[in-house]
Amino acid sequence: MRTLLEFEKPIAELEAKLEDMKKLAQDNNVDVSSAVRNLSKSIEQLRNETFDNLTRWQRVQLSRHPDRPYTLDYIELMCDEFHELHGDRGVRDDPAIIGGLANIGGLSVMVIGQQKGRKTKQRQHRNFGMANPEGYRKALRLMKMAEKFDIPVVTLIDTPGAFPGLEAEERGQGEAIARNIKEMMVLKVPVICVVIGEGASGGALGLGIGDRVLMLENSWYSVISPENCSTILWRSWDFKEQAAEALKLTAIDMKSFGLVDGIIPEPKGGAHLNFEEMAATLKKTILQEIKILSKMKADQRVDARIDKFCQMGVVNS
Amino acid sequence: MSWFQRTGKGIQTPTELKREAPDGLWHLCPECKQVMHTREHKQNAYTCIHCNYHDKIGSEAYFQVLFDDGAYKELDADMFSADPLEFVDTKAYPSRIKQTQEKTGLKDACRTAEGKINGINITISCMDFSFIGGSMGSVVGEKIARGMDNSLKKKIPFLMISKSGGARMMEAGYSLMQMAKTSAKIARLDQAKIPYISLLTDPTTGGVTASFAMLGDFNIAEPGSLIGFAGPRVIKETIGKELPKGFQTAEFILEHGFLDFIVDRKDLKDKLSSLLKILKK
Repeated sequence: MRTLLEFEKPIAELEAKLEDMKKLAQDNNVDVSSAVRNLSKSIEQLRNETFDNLTRWQRVQLSRHPDRPYTLDYIELMCDEFHELHGDRGVRDDPAIIGGLANIGGLSVMVIGQQKGRKTKQRQHRNFGMANPEGYRKALRLMKMAEKFDIPVVTLIDTPGAFPGLEAEERGQGEAIARNIKEMMVLKVPVICVVIGEGASGGALGLGIGDRVLMLENSWYSVISPENCSTILWRSWDFKEQAAEALKLTAIDMKSFGLVDGIIPEPKGGAHLNFEEMAATLKKTILQEIKILSKMKADQRVDARIDKFCQMGVVNS
Repeated sequence: MSWFQRTGKGIQTPTELKREAPDGLWHLCPECKQVMHTREHKQNAYTCIHCNYHDKIGSEAYFQVLFDDGAYKELDADMFSADPLEFVDTKAYPSRIKQTQEKTGLKDACRTAEGKINGINITISCMDFSFIGGSMGSVVGEKIARGMDNSLKKKIPFLMISKSGGARMMEAGYSLMQMAKTSAKIARLDQAKIPYISLLTDPTTGGVTASFAMLGDFNIAEPGSLIGFAGPRVIKETIGKELPKGFQTAEFILEHGFLDFIVDRKDLKDKLSSLLKILKK
């Protein structure tokens, strides 16, 4: 059963009507082809209208759609081979971040990403995609391995934030993220980061330093979630729509500010409507970018990466 | 007819002048509630002579405590915030900035200066918590980055004094990327073998902890400082339990291996210069 967001419902209702009509026609052997054509056309029209005019909050909702593809879905659809590698060699294996060696279209790649769960039990197991320090340290271990074997790194970002727990603090959540940011800056291999769903703050940035940082069309990336922003600035959760507008957190916003390098289009209606198409687009983009980046010398790439991030910010002086 | 008659004018001292001692002569410690002479408190680097409580102080006080003869050259003193997102919550961001500037006399939440500590040239960036909770937006990130550039250019050590609630919401994505920018510059300091000392003071949390504050060659802290990634309230809400006593204090962070040492503010200058002299060989 599909989960429907509020603004998906009118479209789904028309789709259901269309199905009914087709079934009725088949059962009674009547020709309704012109009515079917008309209805299909209005569905198409409504979909275009809805999805060409999404508010920022609606995109946030799409980024969290329970049916949206997660890191493991992309790995399964993009990779010819994937060998998951576990553990940070210090504390434990963090299921909220997965990583491993992959073969994508004949190319060896280290793929790392936050993983959310789909059912209640899985969600808990994955801690809703909120990593602990050992998750970031596992990611760094795998990136260093990729560097050793001269294999490009691809990170898939999808997190409501790094986990704000007691043990996370004891084990140095801040230090783990900070170290990843700095080490990713100087990683000698090509690094491509893609925000596939939620890109919340430091928890996202801990996997987010790359030669190319890309966002899926309906993902978001910002310093705080709209809900938390609303709670702090308006002192109530009720202003999340306004907070989303104020934060300007969509792919289009972030690209226009020059804070990310590109937007990857999603199938009409969102990535959840067509996993295969979305994964194919992502795969194609990743392979293209790796090809371009591989032509640069390692030191050049690192310099360009550092310089890119150093230029971010707007001040008056 | 009264027995006595006032020949001069009546007592006309306005209320605000009716004081037994001039303002600011005595300092009351907010921790142990004991009193000390303001001069004594200042000489003790704004720490309590009775209980060693470290008063929360701003950039100017730190510069006075650390730089020889309190002399320094401020860098990028006139830089101030833009409003790239045209951010409005209950107030428009530029008016919030302007009000805070008027209230604090500061341009933003960070100041950078070059000077000498015990004869050693050094760049210091210091955050001011009084400016929107010491939050990091583009100005803070850029000032720190340029401070590090100054150290790179002159091949002198860099000291960061953090005191911040984290990244500034009103610059959203830009604020987030200041974490990346400052960390990128630290990578440059690494390449150039420039010493980077990170002093964490009360409080240091959020995106500041998750970037430059934790990336020092030496991570050091003032005693009792609150240091963490998530704030105590958020953690309490997440786990639904009271937090253990002493959780997220500098002492706790030291015990868990994320600090090199804790240093009293009055010893900070000598400790820093000794350390830097050993590095120079």
